[in-house]
Amino acid sequence: MTALSRLFQLVVTLLAASFLIFFAMQVLPGDPADVLLGQNADPEAVAALRAELGLDRAIPIRFVDWLGGVLTGDLGVSATYDVPVAHLIAERAVVSLPLAALAVGLAIVIALPAGVGAAIARGRPVDRVVVAGALVGLSVPNVWLGLILIFVFAVALGVAPAGGFPGWDQGFGAFGALLMPAVALAAPQAAILTRLVRAAVLEALDEDYVTLARAKGRSRRAAVWRHALPNALPPILTLIGLQFGFLVAGGVIIETVFSLPGLGRLLFQAVAQRDLMVVQGVVLVLVSMVVIVNAAMDGLALLSDPRQRADRPKAARAS
Amino acid sequence: MRLVLGAGGLGLFVAIAVTALFWTPFAVDTITITDRFAALSWTHPLGTDQYGRDIVSMLMAGAVTSLSVAAAAVVIGVGVGAPLGLLAAASGGVFEAVLMRLSDVVFAFPALITAVILTALWGPGAINATVAIGVFNIPVFARLTAAGARKVLALDFVDAARLSGKSSARIAVEHVAPNVAPIVITQAATQFAIAILAEAGLSYVGLGAQPPVVSWGRMLAESQTFMAIAPQLAVWPGIAIALAVMAVTSLGEGLRAGIDPRLQRMGEG
Repeated sequence: MTALSRLFQLVVTLLAASFLIFFAMQVLPGDPADVLLGQNADPEAVAALRAELGLDRAIPIRFVDWLGGVLTGDLGVSATYDVPVAHLIAERAVVSLPLAALAVGLAIVIALPAGVGAAIARGRPVDRVVVAGALVGLSVPNVWLGLILIFVFAVALGVAPAGGFPGWDQGFGAFGALLMPAVALAAPQAAILTRLVRAAVLEALDEDYVTLARAKGRSRRAAVWRHALPNALPPILTLIGLQFGFLVAGGVIIETVFSLPGLGRLLFQAVAQRDLMVVQGVVLVLVSMVVIVNAAMDGLALLSDPRQRADRPKAARAS
Repeated sequence: MRLVLGAGGLGLFVAIAVTALFWTPFAVDTITITDRFAALSWTHPLGTDQYGRDIVSMLMAGAVTSLSVAAAAVVIGVGVGAPLGLLAAASGGVFEAVLMRLSDVVFAFPALITAVILTALWGPGAINATVAIGVFNIPVFARLTAAGARKVLALDFVDAARLSGKSSARIAVEHVAPNVAPIVITQAATQFAIAILAEAGLSYVGLGAQPPVVSWGRMLAESQTFMAIAPQLAVWPGIAIALAVMAVTSLGEGLRAGIDPRLQRMGEG
């Protein structure tokens, strides 16, 4: 599949997802004006709000209008805070995005050496420990891990804050506030990734080119890192992409555990206050992130594996 | 070995949940404030919570919520996803392309996001959580079944069946479905484990089962308030969730090892 058709697919997926979100938040509830003003509202006030929000227009027109706004960075206005939704999201994203990035980084830093090490030591105690550790890691709910971290480091030892975020102007303090949440978020991801890295490297180890590299005198370790791992990379990258949805959802929950003022907390507050515009905006941002990261990792997987490139001449592939 | 451990573990949890439907050592919906934060004892082997409720009874009742939500979510995923995947592979063409794109779209909505949307519309509850996790499972099973069915459809015995005059529908039901079933069942175990974790997460943030229904996730949420005075309250539900997930995961891996090697890599195809 060419890059262009993949890009087209990405756009179609994003469009369909945004329509689904729009439909769920604006059409299914019947009338957002009723939702905002409550059951016992004055009919005149509802009518006025309907006109103000443009709800008296046809659904497709409202969708195109909203989408046009989205593309120019206008996600509407929050009913409870009376500020642009985009501002609220930008304010919270500076917590959520670094948290997600830190968690992905941690997961990779843990999983690559653990998975590769286990594959090299196949069947030996090191391998068994890694495999058992990974099973435990993916079985432990990250909420629970978060609570344990809070208990040990904040309540018992008193060396870390139990939650909250001091703001980025605090520099290291801000980073410290994200560290425990990132560990809780990364643990199951690292476990799942470790299992895949191990399996992918084991499979690659059976391939001829690894045998050849060994025959040419490369050490076992070098053969794994230089030859087996690069070839095992595509499924690993694809999995990192697929796991991103779990990471986003997990992040939303972990933010609650650690009282972090991120997108997740904004989302839950908005749901509690029935602030549909904010819910719609945050959900759109989160879902778009999942779609784009998925596509990007798929693309990277393709680039990292010469065998998967369809647009290369056949002769080059055979060589 | 893994199969036995996993099946045994899951069987134990199911037995506990079924028992809890009829009997728990103490009632979980009565408050005995004089008994609150009781330590471990013969009467309350794991102590009591902030309302004096027996932890063992709470864990048993929580197993009912956790297992039933997870099971229903997997049933939704298999029930809708597998037939759609089969249909997509059998019909091919535009229908298959549209269905696969659609499953991409649905897959972009983590269960938590769907649960948030449903809650914004209809308020929180165990049903929303079940539907949200179930909807997320649909594309998982649709893709898996479609990929498996495509491989089976390319095999010789399908051509033989077609030559003997069987319709596409009959071939799909009689030949493709039984061959794809093992891989679907194996994946069902994996999704069941994920669903237990998802249910716990949703209940923790208040999007799952509502009081007075007991759930492991909400036990964790409530324990957080009392962490400084009764940290043990956070321990037990976490262990229950982890053991349940571990049992189901082991079961899935045991099943996977027993599958016909020719079909093992189907999910990746």
